[in-house]
This record gives sequence, structure tokens and C-alpha cells, in this order.
Amino acid sequence: MEKKKQSNKNREFTVITYFFLFLFLAMMGYFVFFLTLKSESFINSPYNSLQDLFSEHVIRGEIRSADGHVLAKTEVEEDGTENRIYPYGRTFAHVVGFSTNGKAGLEKQANFQLLRSHAFFLEQIVNDVKGEKSIGDHVITTLDFDMQSIAYDALSDYDGAVIVMEPSTGKILCMVSKPTFNPNTIDQDWEDIISGESSVLFNRATQGQYTPGSVFKIFTTLEYYRENKNTYNNYFFDCKGKFNFENKTIHCASNQSHGEEDLMDSFANSCNSSYANLALEIDQDALQELCNSLLFNMDLPIAFESGKSKVNVSNDMGYAAIMETGIGQGNTLVSPLHMVMLAGAIDNDGVLMRPYLIEHTENYNGVLVSENESIEYGTMFSPDEVELLRTYMSAVVEEGTAQKLSGQSYTAYGKTGTAQVSDTTGQENSWFVGFASKEGYEDIAIAVVVEDFSSKSITGVTVAKKIFDSYFTGGVY
Amino acid sequence: MVHLVVQISKYVMIFLMLIYTFECFYVFRYQKTEEERKAVFHIQRMLIFFLHFDAYLVLYLTTENFEIVAFYLSQLMLFATMILIYRMCYKASSDLLLNNMVLLMCIGLIMLTRLSYGKAIRQFIFMIVGTVIALIIPVILKKLSLFRRLTWLYAVIGIGLLGVVAVCGQTSYGAKLSISIAGISIQPSEFVKIIFAFYIAGMLYEKQNLKQLIITSICSAFFVLMLVASKDLGGALLYFITYLVMIYVATQKLYYFVGGFGLLAVASFIGSRLFSHVGTRILAWKDPLSVIDNQGYQVCQSLFGIGTGGWFGLGLNQGRPKKIPVVENDFIFAAISEEMGAVFALCLIMVCISCFFMIMNIAMKLKDNFYKLVAVGLATLYAMQVFLTIGGVIKFIPSTGVTLPLVSYGGSSLISTMIVFGVIQGLYIREASSKGGEHGKEKTVE
Repeated sequence: MEKKKQSNKNREFTVITYFFLFLFLAMMGYFVFFLTLKSESFINSPYNSLQDLFSEHVIRGEIRSADGHVLAKTEVEEDGTENRIYPYGRTFAHVVGFSTNGKAGLEKQANFQLLRSHAFFLEQIVNDVKGEKSIGDHVITTLDFDMQSIAYDALSDYDGAVIVMEPSTGKILCMVSKPTFNPNTIDQDWEDIISGESSVLFNRATQGQYTPGSVFKIFTTLEYYRENKNTYNNYFFDCKGKFNFENKTIHCASNQSHGEEDLMDSFANSCNSSYANLALEIDQDALQELCNSLLFNMDLPIAFESGKSKVNVSNDMGYAAIMETGIGQGNTLVSPLHMVMLAGAIDNDGVLMRPYLIEHTENYNGVLVSENESIEYGTMFSPDEVELLRTYMSAVVEEGTAQKLSGQSYTAYGKTGTAQVSDTTGQENSWFVGFASKEGYEDIAIAVVVEDFSSKSITGVTVAKKIFDSYFTGGVY
Repeated sequence: MVHLVVQISKYVMIFLMLIYTFECFYVFRYQKTEEERKAVFHIQRMLIFFLHFDAYLVLYLTTENFEIVAFYLSQLMLFATMILIYRMCYKASSDLLLNNMVLLMCIGLIMLTRLSYGKAIRQFIFMIVGTVIALIIPVILKKLSLFRRLTWLYAVIGIGLLGVVAVCGQTSYGAKLSISIAGISIQPSEFVKIIFAFYIAGMLYEKQNLKQLIITSICSAFFVLMLVASKDLGGALLYFITYLVMIYVATQKLYYFVGGFGLLAVASFIGSRLFSHVGTRILAWKDPLSVIDNQGYQVCQSLFGIGTGGWFGLGLNQGRPKKIPVVENDFIFAAISEEMGAVFALCLIMVCISCFFMIMNIAMKLKDNFYKLVAVGLATLYAMQVFLTIGGVIKFIPSTGVTLPLVSYGGSSLISTMIVFGVIQGLYIREASSKGGEHGKEKTVE
């Protein structure tokens, strides 16, 4: 009897022992799980200050374009001094960035990948023991070498930005920002760069905050369409070159009279008068909500640094401000990256893919280490909205402000803009936001800003055309 | 040359630790003869001393601080004396538990020396005090038999001490944990937890009727509520789980144990609403990178360290574990994993499990119901504390701010754990001498 009680009593001990054993095993399982699967992405965070420790044991890897051009490499001298070389210097300056005097661009984003070595582990242990450095992993970007070069040349001496994305995947194919700097001599030039007036280090393609001008009419149009789904085709406006309401006058570009227009004509002609009139008809609070749903006033869903686009409208605002916001002036600011994302979403049946710059990383022998996959962010536009915007953006090319792009081997869609930077200087920036497609090629979306385009020989449209022309005549991708 | 030693030592220490850990369980698995067991334990002790030597060699070479050599020799003396006295005076003591205790303290000192030399010295002094206490306890347990009659005294002292902390304790990281007496800061809850286990054992070792259970529960609730009032929620959780386990073992009714967890779920939900610092810790647990600038900073730095260290670690003095706030206390596991490697850290968890197994094993063998319950309570306290601290450090659970027994910096935590191990050794020896079994034979030799 006593014995039975004893063995019975020990059952509780077994239960408790197994209970804690289970807890411990679960915890150890998580620990192993974290180390094998999660830690890689976690420690890649730029907040991880331990990364720099690796430079003591690893020679920083290369950054390459998608087609294999080396954009950044480290050369080791006889005495062990390491020099970071950027063979294409200024052309890739902002997107590739730099790794001394702080870090920027891909050098910052991919810092840890470049400083990790996935060389064969025995080789690493041998290197470790010998006190020699292992060779870091190579980062292969999504960048198209030719396109980057063409975009860089197309901007000529103008300040501005060009960014091109593949809408179906989110791959960034080119990213140019001007003015630029020479990453090879950044150490020597540092003082000049820092004290210089124009912020050359600033990546205008991702962090630039530009007045959108007429590009914003895409959103004004969309809001009007949402409010008048059945009657938007009945919209009518007779443009006399300017529009006056409550002592505020809005002028069309060059005071040109566009005459009688429906909504599509107004969009294609980029008619300010018509849009000022239209802006007064729409619900401003709803416009604000529409913009917020299109990633205004928030951080963009990407892995690298970017500027927030800003728009602030409400029904309580004065008429003047409402009209100005409606045509893309006022306090609204957008980044080229944001605009190319939305253009891409229109092209990709309303679905936005997260933009990314790193295609994959591989060890120095070419063995794949990790691969980035396209990630869908969400649906930004409904099918009927996509249809409307495509029709209107096509009209801009066929009969509106971007006719230079019509009659090509490819079909282009877009919206131009001429944005007044301030009332006092008279500086105007030229915008083009759009996309193009051709049988046998992946579609591409583009956003271009040409700052202070006084001569008007180089505009957003001409830059876009050079890129489209070259891309759609090149080999099939 | 220094680099070479650091890097080779990294692998050597992992290798030593792996063998040690293997032997912890190897001894459990097979019914070995007493001589074979003794031989295994002897090898374990050798492994500890090799590990200790290697670590301090690296620490000396990387810091070139000659004081470290003297410090190493003092530690060597303490560990050797401790093992020697135990082996001479308490032949019936558990070798495995003793080895594990020495190993854990040794790892703690290695890491503390690396992190903060001053704190390592303080820890060492506490260790001497703890060793003396741990050596006396088996004698006391053998001579005195009044412990089972002091039940209400435990309750009064325990709740009283926790009450004092709740009223006039010093606040650190949102919780009141310690009181200062004559310049020495003490964390009473570390000692009260032992008293708590004695209290519940005293209440339930004879009678387990409903009335007795209710009285025990009400009184335990006071213990827990005092900790909640001090906002020491990790401590409250520790006490509550111990209470559940002891009730379950005493009554043999599983539904008390399961039902208790339901209660716990409700309480944690209310707790997360009621206490802002619980809410922030849960947020920091879910997505630490999103709040890295404030609440998530500690966990992020900890995971950066663990992840960057990888399986084999960065090598002693090669990482930056000081980036982690309070790394010497609650987050020492992260520092160990960062510099000594995740393999080493996993072995460390296994050694802790081995300690828990051994205490449960001893508890199971005890004939005396009172001490049986005490041992189960102490085993639970130990296991739960290890689980809470390591789980928090690796983001398996929200961090609760408890220390890793014997490894973390902190005199109260260290001495209280040494008392726990002393009590368990005392009970093991006591059982052996009363039983006259295999251990009894040794007693006659003594």
C-alpha cells in the first residue's frame, strides 16, 4: 500500500519534469530557429553597430549591377591598406553610395552582407586562425548598367533625378540623382562637399521633395472620378487661359487658352484653369484620404532611406489653397521614388510591388547566399480606376503634353508636370511620370525631374524618351 | 599571436563545454558503477579547470592586466577549496550538482571579468560568503529538525520583507527590487523565495484538505501581491508558478495546475493593461526593431549580439556586449552567446537543465514529505528563473527582468542560489545518512 502511494506520488514529479523539459526544449528550439533563420535578417539592420567589427576580419565584398559590371570593389595594397574603388564613379554615386565618412546608399543598406563572408567554412576557420581576412560576399543589384548610364547622360548638366522600376517585380533598374559627387575621392573632397551650397550627397531620387505640379492632377482626377463615377464623362470646361474665383486667379501654362474641354482633354492638356475649377467641386477631406491611401504622409514600404511625400488638404481650407493643391502647387511635396511606385502600380493592374535594389548576394566563388524575392505591397487602384488612368495617360502621349513619345515602337503612358518651385525665383522643374510597354519586353515605369529647365531642350519627357528608346531597342530582357 | 590564441581558445572552450555537457547526461542515462561515475565527475572537474584557465589566459592576453592573473589564482583557490571541503566533509553529496554549480559560477566570473572587472571582484567576494553558507547548511539541516514547525514564521517574515520592499524599496527599471542596509543593497525577494517554498511545504506536507489549501492560497496570494505592488512582475510570476507546482505535487490533482495557468492568463492580460511597463515590454517583444530607440533597445542589442556572434562566437573581448543595458545582470546570457558562441550558450542551457533534473531526482528519492515538497519548490524556482531570464534575452518570451542563477552579477541572487544548492545537497546527504543505502555505506566511512 505504502509502495503504491509512493510510485503514484512520483507521477507528479514526472509531469513537472516533463513540463519544464518541454519549456526548455521549446526555448532551445527557438534559439536554434533564431540563429539559423531569423538572425541573418535581424543583424543586417543598420542599427547593429557590431557590423563594423567584421571589417577587421573580412575584406568588403563587391557591389555589382544586374548585368555583372563591378560598381564597387575593395583593392588591398601590399601593406594591407584597403581602398574602396568605384569604377563608374559619379554615374552610380548616389545609388551605390560610399563607405567612408559615414555610409550611404547600397554601401549602407548592404553593409553587413558586404562584410559577411560565406566562403567555405573550413577556409574561414583557417583564415581566422592565420589572422588573414576572408573575402566578403558580393551584392548583386537590380540595376541595369546601360540604363543608368543613359539616364545619367540624358540629364546632362541639369540637377534632378531619374528613377526607373520594373512594375511587375519592383526591381529598381536605374536611380540617378544630380548634382553628383565622385565617390573615389570623397575623403579628399569631404570638406568641399560638406561646405558646398548644393547638397550633392542628397539622393534626390529617393529623398528629394519636389512640388509635383501637374503630376498631382492624377490624384485630383482620381478623386473626381470616385465622386462622379457615372457622370464624369459629362464634365465640361471652357478654358480662357485663366480661372478666377474669390479673387484668386489660376493661369494656364503660358496663359494658353485650351478652349472647350471634357475631363480627358483637361488631363491631356494639363489645363490648370479646368483643374482649379474641378478642385472646387471635390471633397477635400476625401482627397486627403485618397492621398493617404496612396502612401502620402508616411514612410514608403522600402528597405532604404526615403523622403515622405506630403499633402495637406481639408474642406476648411481657403479656396485659393484648394485650387492650388488641385493643380499640384501649394504645400504639396513628393519624391520621384513615390511617383514611380504609383506609376508602376497603374501599369501593374493596380498592384504595387515593393521596390528593391538588391537582387541577391553570393559568396566570392559565386555560390548563392540569399536571394530577394518580389513582394507585393497591396492593391492601390481598382480595375476601373486603372482603366481610366491608363486611358487618360495615353491621351497625354497621343494628343496632349507628351506627344514626343507618340508614334514609337513602344506604347507610352504618362503625365507631365511643370512645377513652380517658388513664387519669387521663377524656377520651374519639369516632371514626367509614366510607364511604357512593348511586346516581348517587361514594362518599365519611370519618374523624371529636371530642375530649373530654362532652355526647355531637356525636359522630363525628353529624358524619359531617351531611356524608353534605348530600353525597347535593346536585347529582349 | 594574441589573435591566434583568442580564436583557437574560442573553439577549445566550446569543445570542453560540449564534452562537459555530454557527460552531465551520460551519467544520467546509464547505470554506471560508483567508480565509473566518480571517474566521470573527476573528468568534469578537470574540464572546468581547463576551461577556466583558457578563458583567463585569453582575458589576460587581450587586456594585459596583470591583476587578472592574481584574480584567476584566487578563484582557482576558492573553487579547489570548495570541491575539496565538499569531498572531504560531505562524501554523500551530489558530485554532479557540485560540478555544475562550480562551472556556472566559473562562467559567470569569466564573463563578468570581461564586462566589468570591478563587478567581477565584488561577485567573487559574495561567492566566498556564499561558499561558507553553502558549506554550513548541510550540517544545520542534519542537526536541526524544527524547520517544518516554523510555517507561520516563514509567512510573517516573507510577506513582511516583501512589504518593506514594496513600501521603501529603490526603484530600478520600473520595479522596486532592493533595499539598502548599511550601504549594501539587498534584494529580499531572492531570499524570500526560499522561505516561500519552506512555507508552502510546511502547510501542505501533512494535510492537503480544502481548508488547508485555501489558507495556503490566501497567504501565497499575499506574497505574490506584495511583489506586484513592487511592480516586480517577473518575481510575481516566479512565485506563482512555484505555488502551482507545489500545490499540484502535494495534492496530486492536475486540475489545480492546469486551472492555475488559466488564472495566470487572465492575470497577465489585466497586468498588461494595468502596468504601462508591462505593455511596453510586450511591444518590445513583438517587434523590437520598431521601437529600437526606446523600449526595444535592450532586446535589439541582445539579439544583435547573439546573432552577430553566431554559433562559435566572436571570441572573448572581441565583441561589444556592453552595448546591451544591464548586460551583467539580466542579459549576461546574451554576452556569453555573443563572445563564446551560441553552441556554448546552448550547452549552458543544458547544464541548467541537468541541475534541474538532478534536483528533481533528489526530490523524488526523498522519503520525508516536507523536504520532498521543499526540493520540488526549489527545483521549480530554479528552472523557472532560468527559463524567464534566457527566454527574455533571446526574445522567446517578453523580458521579465530576472537574473540567471549563479551566472548573473548580483550578490543576493548569487548567495540565494548557493543557499538553494546547499539545501539540496543537505537534503541529499540527510537522506543518504538516514537510509543507509548506497550513500549510507559512505556515511559509515565518514
